[in-house]
Amino acid sequence: MAEPLYGLMAEFEDPKALVEATRRAYEHGYRDMDAYSPIPIEELTEALGIHRTGIAPLVLLGGIVGCVSGYGLQYWVAAIAYPLNVGGRPFNSWPSFVPVTFEMTVLVAALTAVFGMLALNRLPMLYHPVFNVPRFALATRDRFFLCIEATDPKFDPHATREFLESFAPREVSEVVP
Amino acid sequence: MPEPVTPVTPGTDPYGEPPVIAPGHTFGSITDKISAIVLTSRVSVGWLGGIGIAFLFFLIFNVAVVYLMWKGVGIWGINIPIGWGFAIVNFVWWIGIGHAGTLISAILLLLHQKWRQSINRFAEAMTLFAVACAGVFPILHLGRPWLAYWLTPYPNTMTVWPQFRSPLIWDVFAVSTYLTVSLVFWYVGLVPDLATLRDRAHSKAGRVIYGIMSLGWRGSGRHWARYEMAYLLLAGLATPLVVSVHTVVSFDFAIAIVPGWHTTIFPPYFVAGAIYSGFAMVLTLAIPIRAVYGLQDFVTMRHLENMAKVMLATGLIVAYGYVIEAFMSFYSADTFERYMTLNRMLGPYRGAYWALILTNVIIPQSLWFKRVRTSVVPLFFVALVVNTGMWLERFVIVVTSLHRDFDPSSWGMYYPTVWDWATFLGTIGLFSTLLFLFIRLLPMISIFEMRGLLPQAEVGREPEKA
Repeated sequence: MAEPLYGLMAEFEDPKALVEATRRAYEHGYRDMDAYSPIPIEELTEALGIHRTGIAPLVLLGGIVGCVSGYGLQYWVAAIAYPLNVGGRPFNSWPSFVPVTFEMTVLVAALTAVFGMLALNRLPMLYHPVFNVPRFALATRDRFFLCIEATDPKFDPHATREFLESFAPREVSEVVP
Repeated sequence: MPEPVTPVTPGTDPYGEPPVIAPGHTFGSITDKISAIVLTSRVSVGWLGGIGIAFLFFLIFNVAVVYLMWKGVGIWGINIPIGWGFAIVNFVWWIGIGHAGTLISAILLLLHQKWRQSINRFAEAMTLFAVACAGVFPILHLGRPWLAYWLTPYPNTMTVWPQFRSPLIWDVFAVSTYLTVSLVFWYVGLVPDLATLRDRAHSKAGRVIYGIMSLGWRGSGRHWARYEMAYLLLAGLATPLVVSVHTVVSFDFAIAIVPGWHTTIFPPYFVAGAIYSGFAMVLTLAIPIRAVYGLQDFVTMRHLENMAKVMLATGLIVAYGYVIEAFMSFYSADTFERYMTLNRMLGPYRGAYWALILTNVIIPQSLWFKRVRTSVVPLFFVALVVNTGMWLERFVIVVTSLHRDFDPSSWGMYYPTVWDWATFLGTIGLFSTLLFLFIRLLPMISIFEMRGLLPQAEVGREPEKA
């Protein structure tokens, strides 16, 4: 093929076939690949070789930031900036500060989860080469796709195509950038 | 080309329960059925009629708010000693309703309850709209609502700061956090379905709008992995959040010293009450929606019965709260506490109190009977009754405690004015309008989660190599 290729994509009709194909591809040594499906599939994550998503440590960090900044704000306001004797409480009346601290922890952790997930997924990304394949629209309905990318060291237009055809997909398409 | 779907049979699962999803569906049929409601270019007369009426009530709300801004809170029935009237009653009522959405989304997810999948999307939408309706009241009830930003901690030329020891400020943080987290939780859940709509939209405008809103989601397995983890963590965060938010709302009362308010049972009692009223509202909405849009395959009798059971359980906790409140006030031997309870039962507002007992305690006991739990019309009626009852509960708590507290010379009466009612009914209009828009423009059932319920979605572990 003369034109540049992003990769080769195989279309499957059920998730079992996709996961099986992905497992074989990983065993074969392909790493630059991705599988597309309309539902989350736990076994697919393992088949792609993903062990850690990186979200959890980020969220923990976000929670700690929220907690410290929430308490810090209250401490600074109540003990330094504008101290007031309210009901004989000490300026650093920590039990009163628990609710806002808790809410700030949850808020920052939740926002970190969402924006962290989007950032790690590099979303929004409104264009991607796989959208150039017309049948890919079914990836959000009821079809499952495995795309082996041309950047993979073991990628070869003919050998990879044969490899994908061996799983009896409905179709193997070329993905152009 | 739509696949043929077998008619809904009264099939049961291995435990003899109605199924979580009616048999015979495929990934494609689920997608088609749910997205068809949104992507049709036909505007149904019924929907137009519904949103028309809702919008009328919303206009009433606008009039009431404008008049309030112009004349001040004197147009409401509040006075001294009852400085808090409908505004706080409605605020707590709406926030409580919102809690069921988060419970269904977050807590049922953590408990691996598959039956949440078909109701969580519109329950979360209901939460968002309910919290929005709730949020207007703390702002409107301020004497100078245009200064509402003073509630937030920002450096200002007056060098003053909010009072962080006050539950009213805790409320600001709790409700804002709840609104924000519910919004992002709901939106994150929508992204894959927005991608489905993008790929199936007929019009260019639809493709562009859903395309932007779906952020370019393509169903990548790598993305799904992070997505599921983020969603799970959000559920884990939202669960204590929902408990904390209504706890903080209950602190608006419990931190005060007035008899009937200053009681440690309020946090769990309010949270249980919130779940109670929230599920009642979910049922009030789910029953007509599933009938009108033909969604009985997805929102089956299993869902209705489970929600009825949750209502029964939380209703019993609330009933316990009433009993223990009355018991403690006598057991305390405190003159003021005892009088407060007697006044609730026998005083000028006894009508509201006994109506409350009827609607929140007595009528919902009918849910013990399976006949009632599994019949759509009685269940709808009980849900409406519980909604009313929970509003009455907040009314009784606020008004009876304020109108006669420690000093008889300060006693008074509260009579809601037409503007109190207009604002309240107006928020019902706001809520309904938003709901009608949501039904028309967004998939009200989570498509990708419903697909996951099918047996075809199961993929086994890798078989052991021989």
